[in-house]
Amino acid sequence: MSERIPVLRIGDVLLVSIQTDLEDQSVLDLQEDLAERIVETGAQGVVIDITALEIVDSFVGRMLATTAAISRILDAETVLVGMRPAVAITLVELGLSLGGVRTALSLERGLAMLGRAGGVGAGRA
Amino acid sequence: MITAPAVPEGEQQTLPIASNDDVVRARQLVRTLAQQCKLSLVDQTKLVTAASELARNTLVHGNGGTMRVGLVDKGGRRGVSAVFQDTGPGIPDLELALTDGWTSGGGMGLGLSGARRLTDEFAIDTEVGRGTVVTVVKWTR
Repeated sequence: MSERIPVLRIGDVLLVSIQTDLEDQSVLDLQEDLAERIVETGAQGVVIDITALEIVDSFVGRMLATTAAISRILDAETVLVGMRPAVAITLVELGLSLGGVRTALSLERGLAMLGRAGGVGAGRA
Repeated sequence: MITAPAVPEGEQQTLPIASNDDVVRARQLVRTLAQQCKLSLVDQTKLVTAASELARNTLVHGNGGTMRVGLVDKGGRRGVSAVFQDTGPGIPDLELALTDGWTSGGGMGLGLSGARRLTDEFAIDTEVGRGTVVTVVKWTR
């Protein structure tokens, strides 16, 4: 029985905060849950917070990249926030640069990035 | 190999790798040892990531197996060694399997080549029909 990661809705944005070391099935479940919630809520942005993750291996890295691609097709932008420096160093050496994934250093900056992209929140001038 | 073999220091622990949960446990055990060994945070992260790739290979490609880990010592230098063993189908073309991007399954093909880059020592022994043994070591600086 794999653990389900909560997907929170804040306005037009879905927030996922990964708090524990995930087994592979939970990672796949999260991807499906997110895609369903995007369509269900019409969310325009997704923020995935990985502050608590001590490692991102190729499986999780691939999931993050495909989730961003799936969200884009479903008309939502994804921002990955909170990656630890050691995780970034390791990911690049592993051979994964997450080229198609937007990143921000903190949750606050990630939300601001989605706001600037337009269409998300009421802050559009 | 010409280099002196790393001498196991203290107890070696063996963990079965038969499910996704075991891959998580393998990561946690390697992290604990990496901390005990006082590897730097970046080196801990690299070793745990490599262990995650190799444990998943053992599960997915080797049909399950074991991980044996422990602290090692070579000429006063300390390190963590991890040995992943399966009795699966083996790897017919090792050179190909170690190429970035080559995959036999649904992955990205970074598992073996990535694990090799992330560790200080990497040895692989494989035979078609018999299985695969991958040994990695990360040393303190």
